[in-house]
Amino acid sequence: MSLSVNLSISKTHLLSRKKQSVVAMLGVTFGIAMFILMISFMQGVNQFLEDTMLSATPDIHIYNDVSTDFSVSIAGDYYKDSMKSVIVHHPKPKQVQLNIKNAEGIIADLKKDPLVAAVSPLLSTQVFYNYGPVQLNGFIDGVNISEESRLFNLEEKMVDGKTENLLTSDNGIIMGQGLADKLNVRTGDLVTLATPTGSTMRFRVVGIFQIGIGTIDNVKSYVNLASVQQLLGKDRSYITDINIKLKDNKLSPAEALAFARKYNYKAEDWQTANSSVMASNLIRDTLTYVVSITLLVVAGFGIYNIMNMTIASKLKDIAILKAQGFARQDIIQIFLSQSLVIGLLGAITGLLLGFALSYTLSRTPFPANNSFISLKYFPVIFRTGHYVFGILFGLITTFIAGLMPSIKASRIDPVDILRG
Amino acid sequence: MSEILNAIHLNKYFYEPEPFQVLRDISFSVDKGEFVSLVGKSGSGKSTLLYLLSTLDTDYAGTIMINNIKVTGQSQNALSKFRNENIGFVFQFHFLLPEFTAIENVMLPALKLGKYSRNKIEEMAMEKLKLMDMQSFARKLSGKLSGGQQQRVAIARALINDPLIIMADEPTGNLDSSNSKIVFDIFQDLSRNRGNTIITVTHDTDFAHRADRIIELVDGHLAHS
Repeated sequence: MSLSVNLSISKTHLLSRKKQSVVAMLGVTFGIAMFILMISFMQGVNQFLEDTMLSATPDIHIYNDVSTDFSVSIAGDYYKDSMKSVIVHHPKPKQVQLNIKNAEGIIADLKKDPLVAAVSPLLSTQVFYNYGPVQLNGFIDGVNISEESRLFNLEEKMVDGKTENLLTSDNGIIMGQGLADKLNVRTGDLVTLATPTGSTMRFRVVGIFQIGIGTIDNVKSYVNLASVQQLLGKDRSYITDINIKLKDNKLSPAEALAFARKYNYKAEDWQTANSSVMASNLIRDTLTYVVSITLLVVAGFGIYNIMNMTIASKLKDIAILKAQGFARQDIIQIFLSQSLVIGLLGAITGLLLGFALSYTLSRTPFPANNSFISLKYFPVIFRTGHYVFGILFGLITTFIAGLMPSIKASRIDPVDILRG
Repeated sequence: MSEILNAIHLNKYFYEPEPFQVLRDISFSVDKGEFVSLVGKSGSGKSTLLYLLSTLDTDYAGTIMINNIKVTGQSQNALSKFRNENIGFVFQFHFLLPEFTAIENVMLPALKLGKYSRNKIEEMAMEKLKLMDMQSFARKLSGKLSGGQQQRVAIARALINDPLIIMADEPTGNLDSSNSKIVFDIFQDLSRNRGNTIITVTHDTDFAHRADRIIELVDGHLAHS
């Protein structure tokens, strides 16, 4: 009963100074709307970058890291004197085989792992693409195309041809879009590839892909694993890299560590491989929260000021209410509820405005006319969590901003006011 | 007649700007239905005494009993409830809530008390306004009423919960003589014909002398007459 009386007083107060209430509300509205817009856009950018990144980076990449053990040297054996200490200055790394030994065993073992979704062996080499007089630097990945396709969803990224074409043709090659444009080749054309060691082979273009990252589309091609082994003059078990897709890619760092220990090869997770992207994601997130919280705190100060002004102009009313039997908590309810109503209305209109703005942005064409990034519209994501956070934060800010002046109002001694 | 208010050895000090004893050992009682005027020169402590009796000011020594209930030493929340139920206020500067209509102002204490439904309270408030001959202004914003009209609405508000005592602080202090007379007539009617107990502070000697009893304060003492 008492609450409804207090609320009706609060309502009368709010309505008797509509302009002031609306201004206070707009402060919250813009704060929340900007928060929604910024977080939706920034998270959209993060998501876009992560997707792009994951389309080119495996969850876990196992490879043989070149490292020469410089602590042993045959120089010691040469002098055969245990009393002499032999120091070799500036030794050169020794020639090492870059391949993963027992690759087939490791692959078979990985496929049994319940966390692993797909495993793709890889042999990569630098090549020169020769077509007519043009000679371009790049590299080719020798893969089992059906496995590779499961890792990176290559089917969806084919601009021309199909991935299976690689299996059915003898010396087929699937080329990056940028590379194909530079060489001006189309499916069906023959290109000559030369390795740094001098061997050459002719391949027929059976497909063209576009991942959306210029630095890959301009230099990379897929061929069959056996073709690269042949080109390099290696045997059928020669593999330098194993790419793994996990069922849950958030587990990558831990799994990478376990694989590295188990197989004794370097295993890199996608977060580490793309630490700069992950860092910029974190920076964007932090920036978003800092700016949004600043906006809301400013809105909170606006409410704090308006409530203080209201209370200063209502000292007589507070005194009369107290004299008539309204207790301290009634006074707090009267003024705090005004602030909360402002906060709630502000937050709701803020969410609506924020949604409208983010929706508009998500329908705005992205002004990119180059082929480096494949982005049609500004990346925006819509998550319920952001909206819940927005409304909660709006309410909490206005609660705190309204609480202090309300408590101050409740402490007013009516005798001081009534005696004049 | 039964005693409705008992003040026993009241002492009060002001500490600002310097320690000063404003009330000195005041004891008296008021009977039910009595119309009492508290008079005295400016600074004699008559308003201070009224605020003590009204339970708004709790910083004093001594005991106050209202209707045989000891109000001294009760919690602020309990006193708020007690005032709401048992004490009606009329102040010098009317003190209506300006954003509310006259009838809403009258209804507020009853709504706070929560004893009756809203419709019933509205009916009661209208009745009190009629008593003050203010029923035609019921739906007007109280800020738009004249001083005399506001004071009559304030008296209606003081009556809404049928309080044990009506306390008034210079109720005519801000009114011209014709309005003062109206207010006085209302008070007299309330006390004589309706059995309301009224304690009013005034420096208007005419007004004071028409009350049942005058309690005069001189420098914080009761001046016996």
